[in-house]
Amino acid sequence: MSIFVDKDTKVVYQGLTGSQGRFYGLLNQSYGTQVVAGTNPKKAGTDVEGIPVYATVADAVAATGATVSCIFIPAPGVRDAVMEAGEGGVELIVAITEGVPAHDEAWFFNKLKRDFPQVQLLGPNCPGIISPGQCNIGITAGHIAKAPVDGEPAVGIVSRSGTLTYQALHELKLNDIGVTTCVGIGGDPVPGTTFIDCLERFEADPDTHAVMMIGEIGGSAEEEAAEFIKTKMTKPVASYIAGVTAPPGKKMGHAGAIVSGGKGTAAAKMDALRDAGARVGQNPTEAGQLMVEIVKELAEKR
Amino acid sequence: MNLYEYQGKQFFARYGIPVSAGEAVTTVDDAIAAADRVGYPVVVKAQVQVGGRGKAGGIKLANDADETRHHATAILGMDIKGHTVEIVWIEHASDIAEEYYASFTLDRAAKKHLGMLSAQGGVDIEGVAATDPDAIAKIWVDPVDGLTEDAARAWVEAAKLNPKATDGAVDLLLKLYTAYVEGDADLCEVNPLILTPDGKVHALDAKVTLDGNSEFRHPDYEQYDATQVRDDREEEAHAKGLQYVGLEGSVGVIANGAGLAMSTVDIVNQVGGKPANFLDIGGGANADVMAGALEVINHDPDVKAIFINIFGGITKGDEVANGIITALGRVQIDNPIVIRLDGTNADEGRAILEPHLSDKLQMKPTMVEAAEAVVALATQEAAQ
Repeated sequence: MSIFVDKDTKVVYQGLTGSQGRFYGLLNQSYGTQVVAGTNPKKAGTDVEGIPVYATVADAVAATGATVSCIFIPAPGVRDAVMEAGEGGVELIVAITEGVPAHDEAWFFNKLKRDFPQVQLLGPNCPGIISPGQCNIGITAGHIAKAPVDGEPAVGIVSRSGTLTYQALHELKLNDIGVTTCVGIGGDPVPGTTFIDCLERFEADPDTHAVMMIGEIGGSAEEEAAEFIKTKMTKPVASYIAGVTAPPGKKMGHAGAIVSGGKGTAAAKMDALRDAGARVGQNPTEAGQLMVEIVKELAEKR
Repeated sequence: MNLYEYQGKQFFARYGIPVSAGEAVTTVDDAIAAADRVGYPVVVKAQVQVGGRGKAGGIKLANDADETRHHATAILGMDIKGHTVEIVWIEHASDIAEEYYASFTLDRAAKKHLGMLSAQGGVDIEGVAATDPDAIAKIWVDPVDGLTEDAARAWVEAAKLNPKATDGAVDLLLKLYTAYVEGDADLCEVNPLILTPDGKVHALDAKVTLDGNSEFRHPDYEQYDATQVRDDREEEAHAKGLQYVGLEGSVGVIANGAGLAMSTVDIVNQVGGKPANFLDIGGGANADVMAGALEVINHDPDVKAIFINIFGGITKGDEVANGIITALGRVQIDNPIVIRLDGTNADEGRAILEPHLSDKLQMKPTMVEAAEAVVALATQEAAQ
């Protein structure tokens, strides 16, 4: 099993007719994702390499039964695109777009929760989600992830950083460890999906046996996740936090990666995670090795 | 984007928030001319993007032209915590009965806007939060609903301001919220917010940070780009569209992805080195971007060795390797380089780099080994 998406998931791409949407939409399709539709009000009735284009998400959902939307719309249009997807009736919205204003994110997060409480938003500014061997939505290179093998312990990954997510997938694959689902929640100040949203689902997923969590400086999402791990999780967690030596007051690439007023430091996050019983690595490789140890221990218990 | 006080006040004024009449000037003569126009007494205020100006002697009252000359001469060119004062703001001095604090920012955990209001203003608000948290009245505003007048009034009452200030404060806070939302600000802070003896409420200071991602709907924000505080390296990187933060060390860092770049900076520190910068070249890592990144690092005189840390995802390792070789052909690099290349087609990429390797261009299989090698090289170079 996996969380959020699997082999039966049907996906509509908002922005499929643009260069990014087309590139990644087709790449996701070649991975095996059921890319059933694209949207563009001006190009309804046309197709992209045989994938039909509809005017709206609602039309695409009605015609294809898509349950997930993936957004590759440029930043100025994301606010409308997210609400269109919510109104269109999908269950999960994956917003890849980078550079969305924080006020837009705060607005559509709350508006979506109020008008369409059953809809889960992932992103914006995230690499997407992959359930290896089943479904890949977004910009992750699918071949660096190993699918779980029956009878062997498998890992779930949740991360704020794209490249560190790839690093984690890669290290687990090198060590022959399968991944149920890898969720990139993104580096923006108002992520639609939080660490806790993912930890909750990994905890409930019978096929996920351990979780790797990759955080970074800024905000308090890691501390909140630590509290959840401490009180609600039975599965082991290995973790890494980027930005230990980041100077205060500077945005480190991601809009949300900033230490302000002494808050959001990597040290505080690592302490909270250690206190919650997670194993915390000093660098991505060490975190990978900690996960290898966890998986070995889990396999021995079987 | 951080605004200077004078820019913040001009920003506030656009939304009808009461601020003092004033002018931003860069010379002593202009300061005196401005003081004549705004009317004595005036306050001469250093424009720097750092707290503690008053204590450093950067805010002075002047009653006439001689005093204005004296203070402007002292303040222009003054160093405040490493920031040189190039602009002073001359404003008509206000009579102050009481000083308060007000701000709006995003509460990332609550995913709502957070307003903070305190009857204890004019002081460091983090100090107030630490010693007397009850002195700060907080309000969480749902972005969908916005701030209503009733909610603002209840909030002002909870902050226990002087009752004479209530109507003025409610009006100002509603306008401040509008400025914060419509202006796409990350932060709008007024400290102090003052009550004058004749009962008016007024923003005596302005600290505003705008969201750079919102520039597409605020084309005028381009003007603030020119006044951002950046060192020469940050200026060059910004001009090339690179995500760069200057640090103090000797190891130049180039990585793809913000997380990996942060992680690279961390690991250089962990093995005993000091990074010179954070530089994220993004996912693509092609020759043009790589050459631009190398140029920025090359212009940093403190750099003694360079660490290129690339993880190939969609962009394949062989493409990255070719990009590095092309970039190295274009940019003359004197410092030694250590490369760590992993991910998609890493083997093909390493094979492309192999024939070019030397003492000055090394390759290591892991981040830790590469960091150790680059720190050793930087230490060697520094000793020479």
